[in-house]
Amino acid sequence: MNLPVRHAAKPQIEACPQETGALLPVALTAHLRRLESEAIGIIRDCFAAFRRPVLLYSIGKDSSVLLHLARKACAPARLPMPLLHVDTGWKFREMIAFRDRTAREHGLDLIVHTNPEGLRRGIDPIASGSALHTRVMKTEALRQALDAHGFDAALGGARRDEERSRAKERIFSHRGPGHAWDPRDQRPELWSLFNTRLAEGESMRVFPLSNWTELDVWDYIEAERIPVVPLYFAALRPVVRRAGTWIMVDDARLPLAPDEQLEQRMVRFRTLGCYPLSGAVESAAATLPAIIAEMRAASTSERQGRLIDGDEDASMERKKREGYF
Amino acid sequence: MAFDAATPNARETLRFLACGSVDDGKSSLIGRLLWETGQVMDDTRAALARDSRRFGTTGEAPDLALLVDGLEAERAQGITIDVAYRSFATARRSFLVADTPGHEQYTRNMATGASGCDAAVLLVDARKGLLVQTRRHATICALLGIRDLVLAVNKMDLVDFDEATFHRIAAEFAALATSLGFRSATSVPISARDGDNVTTASAAMPWHDGPPLLTLLENLPLQRPELAAPPRLPVQWINRASPDFRGLCGTVAAGTWRRGDAITIATTGATSRIARILSPDGEREQAEAGEAVTLILAEEIDAARGDLLAPPDQRPAVATQFAADLVWFDAEPLFPGREYLLRAGTAWTPCTVTRIRHRLDIATGATEPADSAAMNEAVLANLSTLQPLAFDPYAECRPTGGLILVDRATNRTVGAGMIRHVLRRAANIHRQAGLVTPTARAALLGQSPRVVWFTGLSGSGKSTIARLVEQRLHAAGRATMLLDGDNLRHGLNRDLGFTEADRVENIRRAGEAAKLLAEAGLIAICAFISPFRTDRRMVREMLPPGGFLEIFVDAPLADCIQRDPKGLYAKALAGEIPNFTGIGSPYEPPEAPDLILRSTPGTTPEMLAEAVLARLAAP
Repeated sequence: MNLPVRHAAKPQIEACPQETGALLPVALTAHLRRLESEAIGIIRDCFAAFRRPVLLYSIGKDSSVLLHLARKACAPARLPMPLLHVDTGWKFREMIAFRDRTAREHGLDLIVHTNPEGLRRGIDPIASGSALHTRVMKTEALRQALDAHGFDAALGGARRDEERSRAKERIFSHRGPGHAWDPRDQRPELWSLFNTRLAEGESMRVFPLSNWTELDVWDYIEAERIPVVPLYFAALRPVVRRAGTWIMVDDARLPLAPDEQLEQRMVRFRTLGCYPLSGAVESAAATLPAIIAEMRAASTSERQGRLIDGDEDASMERKKREGYF
Repeated sequence: MAFDAATPNARETLRFLACGSVDDGKSSLIGRLLWETGQVMDDTRAALARDSRRFGTTGEAPDLALLVDGLEAERAQGITIDVAYRSFATARRSFLVADTPGHEQYTRNMATGASGCDAAVLLVDARKGLLVQTRRHATICALLGIRDLVLAVNKMDLVDFDEATFHRIAAEFAALATSLGFRSATSVPISARDGDNVTTASAAMPWHDGPPLLTLLENLPLQRPELAAPPRLPVQWINRASPDFRGLCGTVAAGTWRRGDAITIATTGATSRIARILSPDGEREQAEAGEAVTLILAEEIDAARGDLLAPPDQRPAVATQFAADLVWFDAEPLFPGREYLLRAGTAWTPCTVTRIRHRLDIATGATEPADSAAMNEAVLANLSTLQPLAFDPYAECRPTGGLILVDRATNRTVGAGMIRHVLRRAANIHRQAGLVTPTARAALLGQSPRVVWFTGLSGSGKSTIARLVEQRLHAAGRATMLLDGDNLRHGLNRDLGFTEADRVENIRRAGEAAKLLAEAGLIAICAFISPFRTDRRMVREMLPPGGFLEIFVDAPLADCIQRDPKGLYAKALAGEIPNFTGIGSPYEPPEAPDLILRSTPGTTPEMLAEAVLARLAAP
């Protein structure tokens, strides 16, 4: 199949494919409308119940959907909570450009936090290893930012279909002092009667997209024409083969092993994180319909390109108990 | 085989509950459904093969149960310990399955899972048939309002696919389901491990003429009775986008709202009309149950989070006393009289269980007398809320008939309830909003209405100071009224004694009277021993924020005994008055009073009264 190719040597954030493609508006199905209303209801409970909620914005497709829903939940008012991006310093350049453009266009209050301690220690995903990097630059950084701003509720775009430990987490997930999650002592959650009550020093993580699947997210993005980072769309990108996946060489900080070859490949990303830890898949899907078609035929799961989850068995559960989102 | 998942999102989703005993093979069944509907990707298959060798119970074959057993702890124990949600889809329908544990002590997780489900699949082991567990699960499903059941008789391979065994279990199940009032109950013989009758008809059981389990699930009716119920909308959040925009946000709980419909706030009786309906995809003519909307009213009325909107001619019940089935979740048992926080719809209110009428034996369906409820027990109880609650019976409308109870100290969710009916037949008494508001009455008098509440031991000087305060306010041109504990006991409260229950009622009535006075625009000055913190909090919560001023007259017990102006301490010490505060019954001092008055040598009641006036004048 011959598809138009966009070079990614220079980040192109002005033109997201779904905005330039000749797409007809897609009506929401009953299934998506139910998910949409459920998520908006959850977000509004946060507006009403918490003193200082924050939207955790990771720039990925789920965050884009969450932000879209949060803006709908308060329309026509301005979003009554800030966005928090925990920046490890290793995000794709296109992600950062997209983040800043999104915040500017919608007049959002964006807080960017990087763990100064981690910077000082020179923690990076390559030399320090993904486990240490994730703990210091993501888990600890998140706790620092939440504490520094006194946020009592943090809304995130995690979904139950992503990973086994997520499947058992509540929509309103209570965190004790120190942001720790105790999977054995979760509050029962009945109907939509969420228990939003907190004692001093406690906080809540809230997951409005809990019941969505990866496919729901893409269908919704298509139907609502939500802009997403162009990295999700196939393009020729400079990559190296590493640990069975394609790692994009986004800047000069990625050292190449003697046997590694820089190549130009048509690739795209199913999930986005730190660029040295995010594996790309070879794909020709350069438009939303092509992505959705590819996903329906997919035979690997979304997080397989993420190098952090494979660190150790049940690693996600352990990270969450320590306060990872 | 993989199902054609081309357009699963075009379909509605069936949310169902899967429940079974520990060894019935529930995780295997869900794993099998995920596997055969093409939800399991290559990398997960590889991980599964690895995990199967390490934790599995199926030898060389992949152990599909490991696809759903997520947490480290439960993998080590080999059981599912919590509610997990999984989705899969076929060409005909999307499914969300709540995977709930079968172990006896985890009733709470099952109730949690069942609350959001349209239907339930119960698993039994063909070798064992219906167990006590099965009855428990069916009973909880019935309590939580599930109306369609499917019984999966698993492990048919271990009974040689015997037809008679299946029919015996199916007949027993049909009788159970009928006794619990389910709308439908269907049995299907399966082997989750080998896939017989899960997604495709089993060659090993040609005698079974019904469809396989997945086909049954594709054809179950979607239970949405709230669509046909009278319109309801709990106000969730007030959107004040600009000075001239005021929207009432919420998710339609039942029925259909149309532009132009008259609405009333159930608890206050204030009425208006819907001018506009804003939905997530723009302005609409109507919105139905399940949709998150913003309503803009034609005439502004006082509405806040927690209010329930209803049509004036189809109002919900409004009451402070009602009966509900409760399921108890907490290790600390439920005791009548203890105060909890209740959430129903978007409203929160303090609440007590006044009486437990009976305990339901979930295993047998029998009822028995009880005076408490332990973890995982179900009871029918009478509840009393501080603020009037608007609701519908759960059987008629799940979204406006369910409630949760939260412990005031720990904030744990300790129980859930399904409301049955109003107690004290006041269902037809609806509040009428007057044409003159409390604010307007106060404005006419040119003052801020308050309840000034003096608390302290008998003989501490409450009444003396209260009388002086009223005299000075009156002299300053303020409209006042004095309520004194002794005086009220001659009239309004003359039927009450001094037991703990009567003391609570004494203060409740005094509080209600003070509230009426404040609503009339007056400054109500109240002098009551009111020894219990919860009772004083009850009065505080009856009034708008800032409307209650708690003044603690802090005199040492020894001084009060010495003064003994009414000679009561002498009698109490002689054992002639039981339950006398400070002697036979405790006094709980306020933790954060608005003012503390202490008599030291040289202070006069007049000086203390001046301190109260100064506090009243403060902003």
